[in-house]
Amino acid sequence: MIGTHRHLTGLEELSREEILQVLDLATSMKEVLSRPLKKVPSLRGKLVVNLFFEASTRTRSSFEIASKVLSADAVNWTASSSSVTKGETLVDTARNLEAMRPDVLVIRHPCGGAPRLVADHVGCAVVSAGDGAHEHPSQGLLDCFTLREKLGTLEGKTIAVVGDISHSRVARSDLHSMPKLGAKMRLCGPPTMMPIGIERIGGCTVHHDLREAVEGADAVVMLRIQHERIGDPLIPGTREYSRLWGLNARKAAEWLKPECVILHPGPINRGVELSPEVADGPRSLILDQVQNGVAVRMAILYLLAGGSPEVHPAGGARS
Amino acid sequence: MSEASEVVFIEGGRVIDPASGLDAARTVVLRGGRVAEVAERVERPRDARAIDARGRWVTPGFIDAHVHLREPGQEYKETVETGARAAVAGGFTSVLAMPNTVPPNDSVAVTQLVLDRAARAGLARVYPVGCISKGQKGEELAEMGELFQAGCVAFSDDGKPVSSSGLMRRALEYARTFGAPLAVHEEDLQLVGKGVMNEGPAATRLGLKGNPAQAEEVMVSRDVALAELTGGRLHVCHLSTAGAVRAVRDAKARGLRVTAEVAPHHLALTDDDVARSGYDTDFKMAPPLRSEADRAAVQAALADGTIDCIATDHAPHTAVEKALEFDQALNGIIGLETAFPVCLALVRAGKLTERRLIEALTAAPARIFGLPGGTLAAGAPADVAILDPGAEWRCDPERLHSKSRNTPWKGTSMIGRCTHALVGGNLVYELARGER
Ligand SMILES: [Zn+2]
Ligand SMILES: [Zn+2]
Repeated sequence: MIGTHRHLTGLEELSREEILQVLDLATSMKEVLSRPLKKVPSLRGKLVVNLFFEASTRTRSSFEIASKVLSADAVNWTASSSSVTKGETLVDTARNLEAMRPDVLVIRHPCGGAPRLVADHVGCAVVSAGDGAHEHPSQGLLDCFTLREKLGTLEGKTIAVVGDISHSRVARSDLHSMPKLGAKMRLCGPPTMMPIGIERIGGCTVHHDLREAVEGADAVVMLRIQHERIGDPLIPGTREYSRLWGLNARKAAEWLKPECVILHPGPINRGVELSPEVADGPRSLILDQVQNGVAVRMAILYLLAGGSPEVHPAGGARS
Repeated sequence: MSEASEVVFIEGGRVIDPASGLDAARTVVLRGGRVAEVAERVERPRDARAIDARGRWVTPGFIDAHVHLREPGQEYKETVETGARAAVAGGFTSVLAMPNTVPPNDSVAVTQLVLDRAARAGLARVYPVGCISKGQKGEELAEMGELFQAGCVAFSDDGKPVSSSGLMRRALEYARTFGAPLAVHEEDLQLVGKGVMNEGPAATRLGLKGNPAQAEEVMVSRDVALAELTGGRLHVCHLSTAGAVRAVRDAKARGLRVTAEVAPHHLALTDDDVARSGYDTDFKMAPPLRSEADRAAVQAALADGTIDCIATDHAPHTAVEKALEFDQALNGIIGLETAFPVCLALVRAGKLTERRLIEALTAAPARIFGLPGGTLAAGAPADVAILDPGAEWRCDPERLHSKSRNTPWKGTSMIGRCTHALVGGNLVYELARGER
């Protein structure tokens, strides 16, 4: 359980305390990852099924590694999102997988709400690994974790999120978590990529000018621009996008505070939203995010699969 | 439909008949399938049948201008018979059957089939609506003349908007021959895009693609302009937005032949309810549930007559078609058996008068579609609804008469229920005593 929740389908429903519960546990989990022998028996005998309806090597591998470090068995199930055409619905698929008696079902799906639909029909815990443009809760938590680690706290910090907010589940999960930890958010992108009423979620202001959004910020989250949005038609092209909303070394040097850090959920479109010098430069926390992603997912799996307290990694687990 | 020769006295009820301006305690006498008289005091002959309506409303049978009966072709969702049974259980004694069946009703054969099934069921009167375009493809005009002669009372490509302005223009012109309205589903599909719910803060929060209110307004505005060009009769189906209300209000002020209907769900629910439901696909329909401002606008427009009538857009789908991702679930909800209590709640909230509510369910649709009924004036068809405005009940989809269960009101408590429905003087529905 995360607080009172059996499932993790979004950060909207988590309180500040519940978010901190995951982040604090992730700190202990990260310690496990730094050991020479990266394995604890916390979830021995537990089964985690990764059900992915969208290709995502990155997130799936992260959940898979997290499961293995905790000694859980992990099974990957790649499915087609056009399941209806082959006659099996999402609920059918979920019920079939449930027959394998998993403890946690991790689901990635192109439709918003799909993890919730699955959670309504299965007995095990369900973790969203991203659903449509709704939420990507483990990403939001790892972003919070990474920022807390680097900035010490999110209290009073200003965080800019730049890119295609309308299609971004990462932006929504950041927006549902960071303000709960005391951060102020600035969302930035072309008006075609800014969903109506996003400011009503609270804790944020909306900007269309990159400089206005990033000046004075403590952190900038750059979102991936998906090539299929060109001609959607949300933007005329990537060249113009990178000129207006991309971050390169010159803009970073002129507009960002010296200590401002840069996050990106990956994979990066080099030269579009981020120039290579910035992506690989000293401000970039992109590789920290990847590492922290495993620790945060370990914490999520541990809490939802009902890990045994005596082998809690912080409680001196034998490794 | 066989007309009853029996004499029926409906006694002790409050008779609300907006068409004849009556709202008083009266006895309604039905004879030979027609209303014989409505009087304060009438001697009941010994052999006459009496229905005790004390504490209840006695109104003309409701007329639903927008129902999907799914026959032919999708009998697994609904049939003419099950749909007509749901209709009378909801107080509707007449329904207009939308033509998006499989095959669509663009032929006399389909029209005839629907009429035959309805006659065999012997429940509600069913008036077929014919297609505007052949196969609802939006390319060529359907054979409206033959359809009209076979019994169609209006034309519609419902489910699909008529995207071509040129075809819409010709359809409005051609249908003038018969004086029949075109009942139009107004959405600009380019603006709808992949939208699956109203565009706005709720869709943003859910991460679902939005369908902007202006997708409806743009089409209504276009068709109002075409109604002006052609002198044709335009009936806007399931109007859902403040912008479309403005367009219809303006058209009426300019004397154009434009009418409109609103569905109970657009009067009662908003896109926030989609969010609250947690992606419940029984809150998914086209047009989608709109914003609070839109809901307030359609409520006010119904009250002031800009929107003429209430029509359910009863759209049965099976659980398999609904237990899907929100993006993939089919559009539509059932509505016949919940319309009265859902709309009665507006009366309790002070948004609508009782008289206007009943008018919007009876006289208004009768006038628009040129149907007999919609009134209890002497000589009118003996189509009557008896309603208990105080009856409290819980909406249990398993106990509804429709073949499908897709209702957003599942499990909620409702106030107001039809207890009897008579069609042509025949008692076609009576709520079981145990449920009263
Ligand atoms: Zn429609
Ligand atoms: Zn319809």
